[in-house]
Amino acid sequence: MSPTKNTTKSARVEVAKTLKLYMNGAFPRSESGRTIPVKDAKGRVVAHASHASRKDLRDAVEAANAAQPKWAAATAYNRGQVIYRIAEMLEARRAEFVSLIQQIEGRSKADATREVDHAIDRCVCFAGWTDKIASVLGGKQPVAGPYFVFTMPEATGTVAVVVPDEQPLLAMVTLLLPVISAGNAAIVIAPMTNAPLAVALGEALATSDVPGGVINILTGMRAELCPWIASHRDIAAVCGAQLAAADAKALELGAAENLKRVCLFHDAPKFDDDAFWHSPFAIAPFVELKTVWHPSAL
Amino acid sequence: MTNTTFSYAPAPESVRPVLKPSYGLFIGGKFVEPRSGKSFKTINPATEETIATVADAGADDVARAVAAARKAFPAWAKTKPAERAKIMFRIARRIQERSRELAVLETMNGGKPIKESRDEDLPLVVQHFFHHAGWCDKLPYAFAGAMPKPVGVCGQIIPWNFPLMMAAWKLAPAIACGNTCVLKPAETTPMTALMLAEIMQECGLPDGVVNIVTGGPDAGRAITALAGAKNGVDKIAFTGSTEVGKAIAKAVAGTGTKLTLELGGKSPNIVFADAALDQAVEGVVSGIWFNQGHVCCAGSRLFVEESIHDDFLARLTRRMQQLRVGDPLDKNTDVGAINSKAQLETIQRFVKAGSDEGAQKFEVACDLPKKGFWCKPCIFTGVQPSHTIAREEIFGPVLSVMTFRTPEEAVQRANNTTYGLSAGVWTEKAARALEMSNRLSAGVVWLNTFNRFDASAPFGGYRESGFGREGGRQGLSSYVKLGGGR
Repeated sequence: MSPTKNTTKSARVEVAKTLKLYMNGAFPRSESGRTIPVKDAKGRVVAHASHASRKDLRDAVEAANAAQPKWAAATAYNRGQVIYRIAEMLEARRAEFVSLIQQIEGRSKADATREVDHAIDRCVCFAGWTDKIASVLGGKQPVAGPYFVFTMPEATGTVAVVVPDEQPLLAMVTLLLPVISAGNAAIVIAPMTNAPLAVALGEALATSDVPGGVINILTGMRAELCPWIASHRDIAAVCGAQLAAADAKALELGAAENLKRVCLFHDAPKFDDDAFWHSPFAIAPFVELKTVWHPSAL
Repeated sequence: MTNTTFSYAPAPESVRPVLKPSYGLFIGGKFVEPRSGKSFKTINPATEETIATVADAGADDVARAVAAARKAFPAWAKTKPAERAKIMFRIARRIQERSRELAVLETMNGGKPIKESRDEDLPLVVQHFFHHAGWCDKLPYAFAGAMPKPVGVCGQIIPWNFPLMMAAWKLAPAIACGNTCVLKPAETTPMTALMLAEIMQECGLPDGVVNIVTGGPDAGRAITALAGAKNGVDKIAFTGSTEVGKAIAKAVAGTGTKLTLELGGKSPNIVFADAALDQAVEGVVSGIWFNQGHVCCAGSRLFVEESIHDDFLARLTRRMQQLRVGDPLDKNTDVGAINSKAQLETIQRFVKAGSDEGAQKFEVACDLPKKGFWCKPCIFTGVQPSHTIAREEIFGPVLSVMTFRTPEEAVQRANNTTYGLSAGVWTEKAARALEMSNRLSAGVVWLNTFNRFDASAPFGGYRESGFGREGGRQGLSSYVKLGGGR
C-alpha cells in the first residue's frame, strides 16, 4: 500500500487497497459513504479510510450481540486455540504490520518491529488465559453453613473497546484480548493514527478462526462515536485507556443510563508493561461474577 | 383444618439498649455537633415513637468528615497490616458481645422482626468484620503479582433495609484494605451505625478512619459532590435503588472515582414440577417475606411450572396464613413493620396497580396494630409480564405469581428484566439446577435455597442491579488499586 510511488516511468501500477470496516466477519464500507484521508509520515495522502458512523456502530452492536452467546458458550479451551490462531495470523503478516507502522507513523524499523512482536506475544499470553480465568477469579467459597457455594466469572456481553493513539497495534491488541478471552464480543474503535493498520488487523482476524461478529473494527472518530457508544442500550461494557478527558466523561455519563461497566484503566501503566497487562486483573473488569449456592446434605 | 384458633402468647424481647437522647456526627473519633445546626427525630416504625434525635449533616459537615478521613488515611494505610487486623478482630468480638443490644436497636429503628436481626443480621455483621480482619495481612496473596494498594477515602452510602449489615459490608473490606471511610446511614435507620461508631472507638480504631454522617439525600449528594475533588473522595460505594444509583454514576462520571453500586432487583424464583414442594414453599416464603420484602434480592417474581400451579398455590396460601405479623420485638413475629410511612405508601400504590391492572390479590387475614406502618403479606396471581407488579421493584411483602411450561421459557421469562441481582431455582434434578444457574443472568443464584448470605461469598448484581461485589476475595477488589491502576 503506497500509491504515491505509482507514477514513475512505466512502472507497474500498484493495486491500492480500499480501506473498509470489519464487521460481522465481512468488510463493508461505512454506510455513511464518508471517508477520512490517511496520511503518511510526510503528510502525503496515501489512502482513504472508511469513516464509521453511528449507524455503523449500531450495525456492529447487532452483529456482536448475535455472535457473543455462542462465543461465550464455546469451551474455554476452544477460545484459547482461536486466540492462539490470531497470533499465528499476525505472525504471518508481521512484515506488513512493521512496514505500515514505518510508513504511516514514520517510526524506525526496530521500533515498529518491537511493537508488532509485543502484540503477537501478548496474543500468545491470552491464548493461555481463557481456561484459567475461572480458577484465578472464581472458586469455591467456604461459607459458614451446610452449603456448596462457588463463584464463577461469566462474560458481560458486548464490549466497546475504545483505543488510544499511541502504539496503535499494541494498544488495539492489549485492550481487545482481555475482553474476548473472557467470552465477550468486541467493537473496536480503532485509533486513526494508523487506520491501515487497523484494517490489516481486521484482515488477519478474518483469516483466523474468530467467529464473524465476535470482533468488529470500526475506523472512525472517537469524539464522534463515544457518546453513541455510551447511550447504546445493547452495549454491556466499555473498555478504554489513555482517553481524552472529554471522551472519558462522555462514556461514563451515557453509561450511567443503563449501568454499563466502564473500565478506562485510569493511571494504568503503558501498554508495554507486561506485569500489568498480562495479569488476570486486566480481564476482571469484563466479567460478571456469579455466585451459586446449593444445600449440601446426605 | 380443625384447630384454627391456636395462637401464641406475646413473647417480647426484654433487653433494651442504653441510648442517649441525641447524637451528633461521628467525625475524627468524636461525636460533634453538626455545623448545619440541624437535626431530626428518628422513630420506631412499629410505634411511631421517637428513639432519639440525630444530627442532619450539611455539606460543610460532610466536607469536615472527608477531611478527617483524608487526615487519617496516610497513617492507617501504613499501619502494619497485622495490627490493622487485630483492631478489626477486636471489633468483631465486641459486636458479638453487644449483639443482643444491637439486634434490639436494629429492630426498634427499622421494624424488622427481632428473630431476623438477632439470627441473621447480627451474626453476619460479626462474620463480616472477622472475615475481613483476616484479609488485612493477606492482600498481596489475594492479588498475586498486582501490588494492591488502598484507594484512599471512601464515601459509602447505605440503605435502610439492613442498616448495620450494610455498614459492615461497606466498612469492613474498606478498612481491611487500608482505606478510610465516610459512611452515611439511611435517613430512617441511623441508630445502629452510631452504636457501631462507639464500638469501633472503644476498640482502638484510630480517629478519622471511620466517620459517620447521619442525614438525608442532601448529605448523600454532598458526598458524591466531592468525588474526584482535590482531597475529596476517591471511591464511592452505594447500596440502594437503581434510580439513585444511576444518578450517582452520572455525578461521578469523568472524575476518575472508583465506583461500585449494589442496586435494585426483581428477582425470579423458579419452581419446577419435580421440586420438593414443601421446601420450595418455605423458600418462596423466605424469598419474599424475609424482612417484609425490603430486600434488594427478594424473590418477588414467582414462576411456577404450569402443571403444579394450583397445587403449589394451595400450599403457599396455606403456609402464608401461618405468618405472624405484628410487634417486631416479639420473638415469634415473622413479618414486622414497614420501614417508613413513605415506603408503605409506595407499596400501597403498587398493590393498587396490581389490582387495577387485572391481577388477583390474596392477602394474609390478620389484624394489624393501630399505630405504626403495616402491610399484610400478599400475592398476586394471574400476573402478566407487562404488569407493573411484574416489572418494577416494590420493596415490600408483595409476590407476583406467573407460570411457565418449559425450562427454556422459564429462563427467558426470568431474564426478561433489566435487573440481575439474584435468582432461585427449585428442582430435584441436579443437571437441570446447574444448567439453570448457567443461564440465569444474576449475580447470585440460589438452588433449592434462597436469601443465603456469607462474608466469604461475593454478592452483587448483573446489568442494572449494579456492579462490583461484596464479600470474599472477589469483594476486596472494590477497595484496592492494582499495579498502579484502578
